Amino acid sequence: MVSGEFSTTMILAILPEIGLVILAAILLTLDLLWRDERVQRLAWFTAAGLALIMAVSVLYSQPGDKPLLIWGGMLRLDMTGFVFRMMFLAAAALTSLFATQYESLSRRGEFYVLLLVSTLGMSLMASSADIIMLYLAIETTSIPLYVLAGFLIGDKRSVEAGIKYLLFGAMSSAVMLYGLSLLFGFTGTTSLYDLAASLVTSQVPQLLIYAVIALVLVGFGFKVSAVPFHFWAPDVYEGGPTPVAGFLSTASKAAGFAVLLRVMQVAFPDQTAFWTTVIAVLATLSMLVGNYLALAQKSVKRLLAYSSIAQAGYMLIGVAAGTPFGTTGAIYYLMAYLVTNLAAFAIVTIVEGKVGSDELPAFAGLSRRAPGLALAMLVAMLSLGGIPPLAGFFGKLLVFAAAVEANLIWLVLVGIFNAVVGLYYYLTVLKVIYLNRAEDESPIRGISVSWRLALIVSIIGIVVLGFWFAPWYQWAQGATGAIWLY
Amino acid sequence: MQFPFLSIIIFTPLAAGLILLLVPAERKNLVRYISLAASIIVLGLSVGLYASYDINAGGYQFVERIPWLPALGITYAAGVDGISMPMVLMAALVIFSGVLVSWNVDDRPREFYSFLMFLGASVMGVFCSLDLFMLFFFFELAVFPKYLMIVVWGYPRTREYGGMKLTLYLFIGSVLALVGALAVYFASGLGTFDLLLLEKADFSTGFQQLWFPFIFLGFAILGGIFPFHSWAPDGHVAAPTAISMLLAGVEMKVGAFAALRVAITLLPEGAHFWAPAILALATINVVYGAFIALIQTDFKYVIGFSSVSHMGLVLIGFATLSREGLIGAGMQMFSHGVMTALFFAIVGMVYDRAHTRDIGKLGGLVRKMPWAAVGFIVGGLVSMGMPGFSGFVAEFPVFMGAWKSAPLVAVIAVVGILITAGYIFLVVRRVFFGDVPQELAAVGDVTVRDKIVIGLLAAIMILIGWFPSLMVRMVESGVDNILALLGGA
Amino acid sequence: MDFILNHLLTLILFTPTAAALVLLFLPAGKIRLLRWFSLAASLIPLTLAVTAWLRFNPNPDPQAPFQFVEQATWYAAINASYHLGIDGISLPMVLLTTLLTPLAVLASFSIKERVKAYMILFMLLETGMLGVFLALDLMLFFVFWEVGLVPMYFLIAQWGGKNRNYAALKFILYTMGGSLGLLLAIQLMGVTVGTFDLVALSEQWPTVAALSVPIGIPLETVKTIAFWAFVIAFAIKVPIWPFHTWLPDAHTEAPTAGSMILAGVLLKLGAYGYLRLVLPLFPAESQRFAWVLAFLAVAAIIFGALGALAQNDFKRLVAYSSINHMGFVVLAVAAAAYTWNATSAQTVLDKNIALNGAVLQMFNHGLSAAGMFFLVGVIYDQAHTRDLKEFGGLYAILPVYGTVLIFTAMGSLGLPGLGGFVSEFLVVRGVWPIFTLPAALSMIGLFFTGAYILKALKMVLHGPLNQRWQGHLVDMNVRELVVMAPLLVLMLVIGVWPAWILDMINRAVAYLF
Repeated sequence: MVSGEFSTTMILAILPEIGLVILAAILLTLDLLWRDERVQRLAWFTAAGLALIMAVSVLYSQPGDKPLLIWGGMLRLDMTGFVFRMMFLAAAALTSLFATQYESLSRRGEFYVLLLVSTLGMSLMASSADIIMLYLAIETTSIPLYVLAGFLIGDKRSVEAGIKYLLFGAMSSAVMLYGLSLLFGFTGTTSLYDLAASLVTSQVPQLLIYAVIALVLVGFGFKVSAVPFHFWAPDVYEGGPTPVAGFLSTASKAAGFAVLLRVMQVAFPDQTAFWTTVIAVLATLSMLVGNYLALAQKSVKRLLAYSSIAQAGYMLIGVAAGTPFGTTGAIYYLMAYLVTNLAAFAIVTIVEGKVGSDELPAFAGLSRRAPGLALAMLVAMLSLGGIPPLAGFFGKLLVFAAAVEANLIWLVLVGIFNAVVGLYYYLTVLKVIYLNRAEDESPIRGISVSWRLALIVSIIGIVVLGFWFAPWYQWAQGATGAIWLY
Repeated sequence: MQFPFLSIIIFTPLAAGLILLLVPAERKNLVRYISLAASIIVLGLSVGLYASYDINAGGYQFVERIPWLPALGITYAAGVDGISMPMVLMAALVIFSGVLVSWNVDDRPREFYSFLMFLGASVMGVFCSLDLFMLFFFFELAVFPKYLMIVVWGYPRTREYGGMKLTLYLFIGSVLALVGALAVYFASGLGTFDLLLLEKADFSTGFQQLWFPFIFLGFAILGGIFPFHSWAPDGHVAAPTAISMLLAGVEMKVGAFAALRVAITLLPEGAHFWAPAILALATINVVYGAFIALIQTDFKYVIGFSSVSHMGLVLIGFATLSREGLIGAGMQMFSHGVMTALFFAIVGMVYDRAHTRDIGKLGGLVRKMPWAAVGFIVGGLVSMGMPGFSGFVAEFPVFMGAWKSAPLVAVIAVVGILITAGYIFLVVRRVFFGDVPQELAAVGDVTVRDKIVIGLLAAIMILIGWFPSLMVRMVESGVDNILALLGGA
Repeated sequence: MDFILNHLLTLILFTPTAAALVLLFLPAGKIRLLRWFSLAASLIPLTLAVTAWLRFNPNPDPQAPFQFVEQATWYAAINASYHLGIDGISLPMVLLTTLLTPLAVLASFSIKERVKAYMILFMLLETGMLGVFLALDLMLFFVFWEVGLVPMYFLIAQWGGKNRNYAALKFILYTMGGSLGLLLAIQLMGVTVGTFDLVALSEQWPTVAALSVPIGIPLETVKTIAFWAFVIAFAIKVPIWPFHTWLPDAHTEAPTAGSMILAGVLLKLGAYGYLRLVLPLFPAESQRFAWVLAFLAVAAIIFGALGALAQNDFKRLVAYSSINHMGFVVLAVAAAAYTWNATSAQTVLDKNIALNGAVLQMFNHGLSAAGMFFLVGVIYDQAHTRDLKEFGGLYAILPVYGTVLIFTAMGSLGLPGLGGFVSEFLVVRGVWPIFTLPAALSMIGLFFTGAYILKALKMVLHGPLNQRWQGHLVDMNVRELVVMAPLLVLMLVIGVWPAWILDMINRAVAYLF
């Protein structure tokens, strides 16, 4: 169904990407024009631009009922790509607003540009239908993120984070690329949607296909920070600027899931039993390792880092189910997780800025110093813990349900066990916030309007996703359906 | 679609909880009055619905249905039957009482009352659920108010431990039950979470026997079933007064109620299969709980363990799967809810004034706070199943049910009653009678608000004790439905 | 008026409760008001009970032996109903209760602290006791059986003597412990027969063919166990040796009015339980184990008397005397149980005489024991001691008291011409042909009865006057005389002309067995 001719649809289909490029270009210019007074403006401008792109995309580049392969089969215009793009755009917009509380980021235009470029890459990841395109998109995403992680060149930890991320990223990319090249070698095609059929006809030994799957999974596992490809995550989150950590742990992870879901299901339908098992194992490891290491953390940022590994584990349950329902669950979970984790990292940003530490004791007395912030953290933590009426609850419910449907009871039990452990440390954070007293209990002031707005949006998102399921579920369902649709 | 009374009952506390968060923190009285108003609305509506429930028609009434997530067959479906209606009334009573006895909470009352209201909405939601998903939704909604209220406003020495233990126990229970519920959902093949439709789904015997323990035990943990009861005394003791009241009074019933509503009605064959095991555990609950209560030296722990003991009777009632047993269990849920709320309210009043809960250090309080003493005695009599009080009306049929299915259980469990009498009289004697210790010479009387609570709750228990038909007929109408599902056992 | 007559028993039963509710709202400080109100309120049930007695048909239709029957749905879910009625056995008991309560209230005028709570408890106690006598539903019976315990517990624990807490706890745990077996047996019967109605139960339970309960024990064994559950529950209350140990403590520590009611009415509840429940519901078992009961009764008579003889505490002595006297009731019950299906006219006559004696003994003992406890209270209030050795020669300074005490003591001892003689004679006369040896042994007990009563009289009234009392004790006042007067009159009347009450008892007994 590759439409060879050039048409307006092709342009419309990549409207978001075009928008991102334009916005990035404008920002580079503005960065030169606005010198000192731009602290807030750049952020507002980025966010507004992203919002505009979202609006335009919703209006003009919504995919039809039939997915289209465009640009020579490089991209696929479908619901899957669309839903993920919206998620990336939203995450980027929120991150840019949250960054206003982080001076060393928000003063510099490059930050926003890098953010946008990375978003562009994710956007392409979500809609690529060709393994070459896919690889390019992944690299487009990753390289700006390497820079962002090491953005604070004066801060050793940040630089270390950047380098670490780069090394791990490069290595896993290489492994994945190896896998992809093998794939091309076996089948002679780079088109994702032709791979499955070609694998059948080319009569490649199953064992080799399994090896390819394993190699590819290394790359994806790195992106979604699943155990055992997670080692970079805690250090990078901790060392990098907090808003970047938030972005990394959400949008970047979501992008990883986008390709994971698409590639596995589209390219290896005949090996489902194998890769679901592998992913189930990855899920188990991620949950266990993430949660148990999170238990031991004193730094909230590090705690969130490990928690995000565990969260990836829950989402992998949905993937491991290998069913449409599981995919829907994983996508819903991603949406929920996106808003939640962004809010959580945002609050850490504030506390870090105002108290000067991200250790647990720094959060003491928060409910007296800033009841609103405390409440927001409450919402975020509980959503991560999977408590209604918050987004995380429904996400967990869906992935567990999918696993039950797929008869993966053992995996659900592991999930449950981990959910309890997770709840333990999320509640511990809340306990510190609500119970413990701080020496200085003066109200926290000086929080920027942009930051507040972003937080309110995230919190509303968490709550709305938590009880008004229908539209978002429909989206997730649409995204699921479109992966399979030819 | 008639007027959504039940939704108002569920969402009034929720709305109040949200509004409270917007009130300036320093306007403490405004906070209190908003909560009081909300609890009065809920109580008034509950009483009204209770009175207008048509017993002869039976079944689910005041039903509301709004599609929630049609793709998965999730509906917002509220309705009450003869078993849940008394629960709603009881919850409304306890919430109202909880608001009144917490009037003196001075540390962040805004958050306190807000969380209290959320907890109220949660329990109401569970009791009114006709949809499995909705039931879980509201069930889990209670997690954070419970935890935070215990940890922040609880008894400083044990609150962190007690709060966390309670929350995690209950969470693991509920998630286990959730898995079971999901299995039911998929196995039914109906693609709906509607309890009324799922009731009719024909699950295979093997399926029922496999999944029944997940759901039943998951919920029954909240009901305090042995050997997963240990959260209860620790949690109750650590909690602030109003939360102890809600936890022991209402939340434990939420667990038992959900176990009945989901596990027993959906998987009746599983229930038949596992009934002996439940009977055995519940009997241990009754006797062991009472015995441990007997040897406590902390006033509040006595009540905490007594709840474990009494919930055993509810579970016995369920597990007999007989008419009498279920009626008794329904009555016991109401009776114990009111009774234990009264107990904890009084323990709180005593502690607030005496600043100790060590039974050895208390004494002669009948002179200082006669209302509290009388209220405690009434509660104690209910607790030991004294005729003329609601406890007897509830326990008697439970025992009759036990005779029908397992006479040995009746014979053993009755020992619990004697031990209960022992610890109640001991506590009454040591705390309220005898001489007033020197340190307590300055202890004052309870407030008018406290008296309203004591009077109201005590009066209800006596009323039910003498006129059981006020409630039994309603419970009976609900039990008939369950019996039909159980195959007329 | 019709309303009153149609609901006579309900009114008798719940007037005290209503009074308690009213008392709740009276000011606690107005002690006089509280006292007089309670007295007035307790006279209403008495009036109503007398009305019932006057309107009682002494020749009831054997098919419907119970009169003034009221029935209403109560706990329909388990087939328990609010079913009241009286016959010739319960009517004297109702009369006794309603008579003793105002007297006890009057006797309680010496209570000074927390009068309000005291009076409320007393009123509730009366309802509890009356309910047991009036109930025709086993579940209702049990309700009132237990309800009476609570006020008594608090009366002892709050207004009692030095050792009151121990005594009160012992009292309630003993009786509640006894009730547990009763409770289980009642449940078992309810489950098996499907109703708690006494009339229906007494028809169906003795002939029940199979248990609907998966208990795995033969029916006979189950019935025997249930029988013993009933017997022990009532034996504790009566009390029969060896279940009596709570009694001396409770009676001694209770306030005067409490002891009056305890001895006067509460002990009768147990004996009444034998007559109303054990014999009709377990005739075969009763017959089989009648000798055990007879043996225990004789033991109670003898050991009760010996125990009394050994006491130096006046109140304890009276308390032990109750064990002694109640033994006769149980002895008669045992004899009746042994001959329940006798056909020979002579045996039936013997049995009836014994039962007549038992019921009358209950009534008489109610009068004399209440009187004795009151008299102990009168002296204790002034002397603050009950040690017999510290008294002596009081007749000289308290002539009125002395006279009344001698009269009452003689009634208790069974002096011909007073009530006690008639009933004990009837018991022994009825039992003799059936259980000759126990009857003979009980005569030994009677001998000791004389001994301890005379000992008490001697140590209190006669001998040299203990000088410390000279000028410190004053004689009985009018209030105290008013309390004693009805008791003395009734003792005399029954002693001289027992027919008025015996007739009624006799017909009920004849029907019942």
